[in-house]
Amino acid sequence: MELDALMLSRIQFAFTIAFHIIFPAFTIGLASWLAALEFNWLRTGNPLYRNLFRFWVKVFAVSFGLGVVSGIVMSYQFGTNWSRFSEYTGNVLGPVIAYEVITAFFLEAAFLGIMLFGWERVGDRLHFFATCMVALGTLISAFWILSANSWMQTPDGFAIENGKAVPVDWFKVVFNPSFPLRYAHMVLGCYITTAFAVAGMSAWMLLRHPHDAPEAKLAASRRSLSMALWFAAIFVPVQIVIGDLHGLGVLKYQPTKLAAIEGNWDRMSNMPLRLFAIPDEEAETNHYEIGIPKIGSWVLTHAFDGEVPGLKEVPREDRPPVWPVFFSFRIMVGIGFAMLGIGLWSLYLRYKGTLFTNRTFLTATMIMTPSGFGAVLFGWFTAEIGRQPFVVYGLLRTADAVSPVSAGAVTASLLTFFVVYAFVFGFGSYYLAKLLRRGPDPVEDIRGDDLSKKPKRPFSVPDEGLEGRPGHRPQPVR
Amino acid sequence: MFGFGNEYEGLAFWLPLIWAGLIAVAVAMYVIVDGFDLGVGILFKAAHSENWRDRMMFSVAPIWDGNETWLILGGGGLFAVFHIAYAVLMPALYVPIILMLIALIFRGVAFEFRFKSERSKFLWDNAFFFGSLLATFFQGMVLGSFVQGFSNDGRQFTGGTFDFLTPFSVVTGISLICGYGLLGATWCVMKTTGELEIWARRMAVRFLIATIVAMAIVSLWVPFLGRQIEMRWFTWPNIAFLAPIPLITAYVAYRLFRDLDEGRHYRPFFLTIALFLLGYLGLGVSLFPYNVPPNLTIWDTANTVNSQLFALVGFAIVLPITFAYTAYAYYVFRGKVAEEIQGGGYGYH
Repeated sequence: MELDALMLSRIQFAFTIAFHIIFPAFTIGLASWLAALEFNWLRTGNPLYRNLFRFWVKVFAVSFGLGVVSGIVMSYQFGTNWSRFSEYTGNVLGPVIAYEVITAFFLEAAFLGIMLFGWERVGDRLHFFATCMVALGTLISAFWILSANSWMQTPDGFAIENGKAVPVDWFKVVFNPSFPLRYAHMVLGCYITTAFAVAGMSAWMLLRHPHDAPEAKLAASRRSLSMALWFAAIFVPVQIVIGDLHGLGVLKYQPTKLAAIEGNWDRMSNMPLRLFAIPDEEAETNHYEIGIPKIGSWVLTHAFDGEVPGLKEVPREDRPPVWPVFFSFRIMVGIGFAMLGIGLWSLYLRYKGTLFTNRTFLTATMIMTPSGFGAVLFGWFTAEIGRQPFVVYGLLRTADAVSPVSAGAVTASLLTFFVVYAFVFGFGSYYLAKLLRRGPDPVEDIRGDDLSKKPKRPFSVPDEGLEGRPGHRPQPVR
Repeated sequence: MFGFGNEYEGLAFWLPLIWAGLIAVAVAMYVIVDGFDLGVGILFKAAHSENWRDRMMFSVAPIWDGNETWLILGGGGLFAVFHIAYAVLMPALYVPIILMLIALIFRGVAFEFRFKSERSKFLWDNAFFFGSLLATFFQGMVLGSFVQGFSNDGRQFTGGTFDFLTPFSVVTGISLICGYGLLGATWCVMKTTGELEIWARRMAVRFLIATIVAMAIVSLWVPFLGRQIEMRWFTWPNIAFLAPIPLITAYVAYRLFRDLDEGRHYRPFFLTIALFLLGYLGLGVSLFPYNVPPNLTIWDTANTVNSQLFALVGFAIVLPITFAYTAYAYYVFRGKVAEEIQGGGYGYH
């Protein structure tokens, strides 16, 4: 592996986007979770929901902040490190990215301020509206960026002119073949990630304080655990079905990627479901293969004798690196089935009435706290490494997409990103851990009518005079 | 479905003009709104007390994220409609852009971390100050290198990593620190009270003097860059049309001095914005129609008509709405920041 500007740029992009994706994956789910909590608070008036909201909104704020700052880096890296990609795809992907900025980022940012700081200033209903707008913003943002990503996987609606992609049909560009299912798969993945994070943290709280914590805190933890596990029990199976359908799309549009996922070297029907193997790219075969006969074909084609393409059908230089794709996929699926197990277990314990007291179950749920992040990351490794050696599948090789920058410059920026991200995100995790450790404290009522008498609001009353009399030194407003 | 033809000759001329205008507005919005919150960061270390720093930070905490979104629109917008310009400029500005982004990371997380820390608070005070200062400096360098121009072959950058680094770009970097400092100071005049406000007035006067000096140096330097920009300014009849720009600038600067002295609250901030817009206009006059100086125009770097139209439809519909709710967010947080901020902060913190 030669460390030239290309390889270094790839490492830098992989590193910065892998860090970045963790936060949107969390905040997409958290924003909707917050909207659900606030909706329940307005509907029932039960302070428990408000306490939960005030707790999770802090977690949201830290995660969102980290997502924003790591995201700005992404929007410039297309140009700094991948300018030939920008030149090749700009006519098509440029507007798609711009739509994300104007339809989603501004919406999130404007209403985030109101959601975090504005409850006293706008009233309950408008605050709830702001929370919903933030949640909507995260979903719109995911829509456009996944559309752009999907176009790189399954480009459509374009023509090639002067060696560049130009748009022909925008509907086909945006709704390219792999987009709808990828969007569903990712958004649901984010929701499930959040569900397991919420469930895990709630279980942790119940495990640490079976009796000694204030009852309001424990009640809040039980409620959030229960809500999150209902979500997981219902939607993890749905996600597995969507994932399977998404896989059919990969088979149809990206056969080489699929062959790498399956570790399948020769086109075959009756392909086994390979649970484990060590793919050998030199010898073009697998070692230590463990599989269930015929099931692989059945999963992919829904027929036991369905044909599955093989890696050997394309020249070596057109194949992705096999083992990272092969293993990433298996780790993602493994995590998915562990989640399914937790969901089913929770249903059984609910039936028995021991959901909040079974310590083995609570411990298992706690261990599963970061599982969603793992599934999201390994899912993306599968999708993005599986697309190699192309950056736009079948059209533009990654090697032809890199900027004319020097290896020295990229080495320096890459090392800087390592250090800065380790420092900043290290502290981020530390503060998040501190927050989560404290758990959902009961909040004193902030909605009382005596609000105007409380001195601690950061902003003064709106109708206060601001201008001094003309010609006079201002009297500081007190 | 939804395909726009590429066959309209007129559109190929007009669309890049419209887009140049829109992106100019986005960049101006960015410079103004993130300018003042970066400026607050530049003043941050000089503040006399913890309470002052809390209040300064609170004055921008609910809106900074939206302010920074204009920066993404600047980059995203360039990619969206002038993708060649994006492809040439970004590698050419590799070092200052990456350093600016890293500085923005530090100051961005400081908003969240500072209120959550006790012992480590000094760390985030510093992160906020140095992050703001350096982000501004590198933005100024980007501006300076932009005026100098970039070697390119019409599609890609062909120069070296450190082409951006010249005495001129260092001076524009420092100039922007003065300018954002002035924006931040007048913002604090508008949003704070008491001793802090009086201090902000003093800082505003100092930064105003620095800004005027910086503007003068840069304006006098530009003709010596050998780009024939002076031809545009100092030939007849242009000089008659353009002479008002420096004259109005001088008047605005004078008015700003008087207002700060007379104790006005709002107007200094808006006069500072006027000062920025005048400088920006001057820059526009100097560079138009090149968006990759010295040789690529907005027509050379634009996307296909179809691509520009698709983006324009969205902007025409969405941008007014964006302005409306962004204005509403500012309206919600109108008024001055209260003087007593309890404990580790308020709001959701």
